[in-house]
Amino acid sequence: MKVERKCKIVELNRLDPVTFWMVLEVGKMVERDGLRGGQFLHIKCGGGQLLRRPISVAYAGWDEPEDLATLIFEVRGEGTAWLSRRKVGDELDVIGPLGNGFDASQPGRYLLVGGGIGIPPLMQYGECMEWPRTAVLGFRTKDKAFPAITSRFQDHCEQTYICTDDGTLGRHGFVDAQVRDILEQDSNYTAVLTCGPRSMLKSVATAAAEFGVPCQVSMEERMGCGVGACLVCAITMKDGTVKHVCKDGPVFAAQEVDWNA
Amino acid sequence: MPDVNMQVDLAGVTLKNPVVVASGTFGFGREYSQFYSLGELGGICAKGLTLHPRMGNPSPRIAETPMGILNSVGLENPGVDAFIAEGLPFLRKFDTKVIANISGNTPEEYGIMCEKLSDAGVDMIEVNISCPNVKAGGLAYGTRPELAAEVTETAKKHAGNVPVMVKLSPNVTDITEIARAVEGAGADALSLINTIRGMRIDINTRRPVLRMNTGGLSGPAVLPVAVRMVWEVFQAVRLPILGMGGVSRGEDAAQLMLAGASAVAVGTALFADPFAPLAVRDGLAEIAQRQGLSAVSELTGGVRPW
Repeated sequence: MKVERKCKIVELNRLDPVTFWMVLEVGKMVERDGLRGGQFLHIKCGGGQLLRRPISVAYAGWDEPEDLATLIFEVRGEGTAWLSRRKVGDELDVIGPLGNGFDASQPGRYLLVGGGIGIPPLMQYGECMEWPRTAVLGFRTKDKAFPAITSRFQDHCEQTYICTDDGTLGRHGFVDAQVRDILEQDSNYTAVLTCGPRSMLKSVATAAAEFGVPCQVSMEERMGCGVGACLVCAITMKDGTVKHVCKDGPVFAAQEVDWNA
Repeated sequence: MPDVNMQVDLAGVTLKNPVVVASGTFGFGREYSQFYSLGELGGICAKGLTLHPRMGNPSPRIAETPMGILNSVGLENPGVDAFIAEGLPFLRKFDTKVIANISGNTPEEYGIMCEKLSDAGVDMIEVNISCPNVKAGGLAYGTRPELAAEVTETAKKHAGNVPVMVKLSPNVTDITEIARAVEGAGADALSLINTIRGMRIDINTRRPVLRMNTGGLSGPAVLPVAVRMVWEVFQAVRLPILGMGGVSRGEDAAQLMLAGASAVAVGTALFADPFAPLAVRDGLAEIAQRQGLSAVSELTGGVRPW
C-alpha cells in the first residue's frame, strides 16, 4: 500500500556541506507497508520545484509513536538544497514506500558494495540482515568516509573494506578491484548487492559475473511520478525491453540490464 | 460536496464531473488506483497507444523547468492489443469514462486502432496528432490541416458509434485552422493543448538535459497558452472542447471552462500530488457554488472579453 502523508523531521544533521542525515516520522509505513532500506520516498520540495525528489531509505524501523526512516542525501540541485534547509519539527509531504529494495531473503552470505552516496541504501542490509556479510565501501576521498555511516558496516559485517579514489583512506582505487580480490579468494557468496554510480555498478556487475555470483544493482534515473505511471525513468534491458526504475526497481538483476544502452 | 450539478457532457458522453486525467500522465490507471478509487474521476485518458508496442525514447526523458517540465517519453506503450486485453478490463471496474488515446504512423494505422477500440467498447477515442516526441506521424499530422483532416476522417470511419476527439498541438501558427479542418472532417470533440516543444541545456556539460535534445513542455507554465488557445478554438468551431495544460487547481480549470472548455484534464500536477484531480474537482465545485451556479457546465464559454 502506497500512501501520501505529512512526515515530521525528527532529526537533521549535516555530515558535510553537501551531505545530510535526516530522520522522518513515517506513520506506520514500516510496520504496515513494509518500508525498508533500499526503497525510496518521493518527497515534495518547495521553492517552485514541481517534481518530487526520490530519496533512498538508508534505514527504516518500527518505533513509537511513529515508525522512523533515515534518509542520507546529497545536495545535487535546488530540490535537495531546499530539503537540506528544513528544520527539525518541519513536516514534509512524502509518498511511500516506493521501489523494491534489495532481496536478501535467501539464506547465505552476502557481499555489499557501495560507492559514495550509493552506500546509504545498503546501510540497513549491512547492519541487520540475517546472514553473514562483507562490505566494500568506496569514497572519493577520506573526508567523504563519514564514520556515522562506515561504523554501521564495520560494527556488523564480518569484514568491511574501505577504498578511496585518491588513496587517503584504505585501499587506493575503485571498489571493483577489491571485489575481484575478495571473490578470487572466496567466491562462495549468495549475491552481491551494489549501489553507486552507473560506471561502478557496471564494473562490479562484470566482476560478479566473472566469478558466477548473482548481482543485484540499484539503478538511478531521472524520475517523474515515482509510482510507475509517467514512464520517464526508463532503463533498457538486455532482452530489448524497457523497465522503469521507480516501479520495477530501483534494484534489478545485473545480468538483465543492458549496460551498453 | 457543494450542491452544484457537476455533470457535464462531452460529445454525447456524460462525465460525472468535468475532471479527466490527461493521457500519458496516468498510465492505465493501476498506479493511481492505489491512492483513490478511479470512480472519483470524470474520465481517464489512457496512456497513448500505437498499433504495435513501442519502447519509447532513451533516458533522460524528463527535465524540470521554471513552473514546468519537459518530457520526451516517445510514446512508450504495450500496443493497442495489450491495452484491450489487460488495461481496459481493469479500467472497466470503475464507474468512470474510459478515453483511449491513439497515435499512428499512417492514417490506416489510426483506422485499425479505432476499429479495435470501438469493438472493445471504450467510451471515446482521443486521436493524438500532436505528439512532439516521435518522428513518424505524431506532430506531422497535427500541423498540417489537410493531413489532420485525413486522419480524422479515417478515424471516424472506423470508430463506429464511439465519439472521436482530436488532440491538437499548440506548435502551430494558427490553431483554429487545424481545428476547423478537423471539424470539417467529422470530429466529435477537440482536446487541447498537447505539450509545447521546448529545450533545456545543462550549461556545464553543454548537453541538452533530455537525451532527445528537445521535448514537450507542460505544467503551470503553459496554462495561459492553453487558456488562450481554448478561447480561440471555442470561437472558431462548434465542437465541445476538453481543455488541458497546466491545470493544478480549481481556478485553473475554471479559467479553461470560461474560455470554452466543456471539461478539463489534469496531467503534470499529478506528479507533485496524486490527489490533484480530486482537488481540482472540489475546487471547481466550490467556485461554482460561490458564484451561485446550479451547474458547473454554466462556466463553459462564459468569459466576458473586453
